Amino acid sequence: MSVKAAREPEPAAISPARIGAMVLRYWYLIRSSWPRLLELVYWPAVQMLTWGFLQLYISQNAGFFARAGGTFIGAVLLWDILFRGQLGFSISFLEEMWSRNLANLMMSPLKPIEFVIALMIMSVVRLAIGVVPVTLLALAFFGFNLFGLGFALAAFFINLLLTSWAVGIFVSGLVLRNGLGAENLAWTIMFIFLPLTCVYYPVAVLPGWLQAVAWLLPPTYVFEGMRALLIDHVFRLDLMLQSLALNAVLFTAGAAGFLMLLKSARRSGSLMQSGE
Amino acid sequence: MMSATVPAVAVDRLVKVYKDVPAVAGISFALAPGSMTALLGGNGAGKTTTIAMIMGLLEPTAGSVSVLGADMPRQRYRVLHRMNFESPYVEMPRRLTVRQNLEVFARLYGVADVAGRIGALAQDLDLGDLLDRQTGKLSSGQRTRAALAKALLNRPELLLLDEPTASLDPDTADWVRARLERYRRERGATVLLASHNMVEVERLCERVIIMKKGEIVDDDTPGALLARFGRASLEQVFLDVARGEAGAEVAR
Repeated sequence: MSVKAAREPEPAAISPARIGAMVLRYWYLIRSSWPRLLELVYWPAVQMLTWGFLQLYISQNAGFFARAGGTFIGAVLLWDILFRGQLGFSISFLEEMWSRNLANLMMSPLKPIEFVIALMIMSVVRLAIGVVPVTLLALAFFGFNLFGLGFALAAFFINLLLTSWAVGIFVSGLVLRNGLGAENLAWTIMFIFLPLTCVYYPVAVLPGWLQAVAWLLPPTYVFEGMRALLIDHVFRLDLMLQSLALNAVLFTAGAAGFLMLLKSARRSGSLMQSGE
Repeated sequence: MMSATVPAVAVDRLVKVYKDVPAVAGISFALAPGSMTALLGGNGAGKTTTIAMIMGLLEPTAGSVSVLGADMPRQRYRVLHRMNFESPYVEMPRRLTVRQNLEVFARLYGVADVAGRIGALAQDLDLGDLLDRQTGKLSSGQRTRAALAKALLNRPELLLLDEPTASLDPDTADWVRARLERYRRERGATVLLASHNMVEVERLCERVIIMKKGEIVDDDTPGALLARFGRASLEQVFLDVARGEAGAEVAR
């Protein structure tokens, strides 16, 4: 018996087949578990109904809110894209830790970039399962048609998704390096964006120094853009482009952080463990 | 390129230190293509750490590992599709059926005829009735067979096994050993086996590497070890080494 030496160059190509295999793995998982499916819809629906009725109530009593129809519901739906996008990414990753399957994947030919792309695709799939029914509910209950935002919605969606992936990638790296002890971060990290990115109120409400922080975060531009659209009926392309530029920086930082943490996990032995 | 001079695995002065704790202390060995070798040692001897470095899951502190001619972990993507691994401590997703798990891994390893390969393995490993059951609902013996099917999906040239028969009843363990023997014979694969089961090692392996506190303390054929230690079984040899009586036994 002789061994064929691996003299060929390092394969650089990204394999759609391996990405497809991972998407298939998560799809089988979601399909096999109705509580997982229900969870995707349940909380966004509760949030939307709560804020929708609140908006309905105050719009009947205050002139400004009567004019600013749909800002709360729009904010809830867009916040959900941001939050659920990150959660969809991180939970798919956590499934590997919970099922003690990570070592199987890490010693398979699956590359980190392929793994990350599969997680991004699953984040969109999970988001679609959760947000589309809730969007239809918003239309039925409050007459708010998110899809009526047209091109603006696409711009909002892309920017929010990029932020959610950047945060999701970084958090996955932290869990990879530190084990399930870091799991809580996956559930909570995005909430710091809730006050800072001014989901429900304009940036002008914040004290000056905090406004500077808010403008460093890409979603701030999206929520400001949404209010401009719904209140002033103006689509602010400038805000979307600024958000996109910041997202490019954030995404690069998230990916670099992930690769650094993966390398550190390979040094520390974390890839062999899946506990705390 | 075919070459008889390339070992399947070459470990050279390999060191792994976790913070200040040395786990592997400068070991060297090479595995001939088509050989089946046991890595023996008590808990904390460094077996799993060594296997993890061979798989590219763990970066060495010093020294080098070459697998099928590729430097690990730097060049791992050149060879990962030619090797595989099985351990009772690494599981496949429990909510997926056995067929779904095998399908996913077959696609990850680039297996050409996925359905055909799963069918052949199901027949070979007596998995036919289990294919559409959730992996988490299998008994430990059934799960070991499913894990073995996953490890053989890509017909690996190098198979790394970490205690493949741990927690199995003697009948199932014997069945698994027979399948491993047959696979190695038919495929001409190189197998490295970490085990605490001396009966298993005596039956399957033509070479035994004994580790203690991160170092290789002996490396020979089972027969030569028995003769040198003057013992009737590898278990007694293992106990001599583990309790530090190796030197005394050899001198006796």
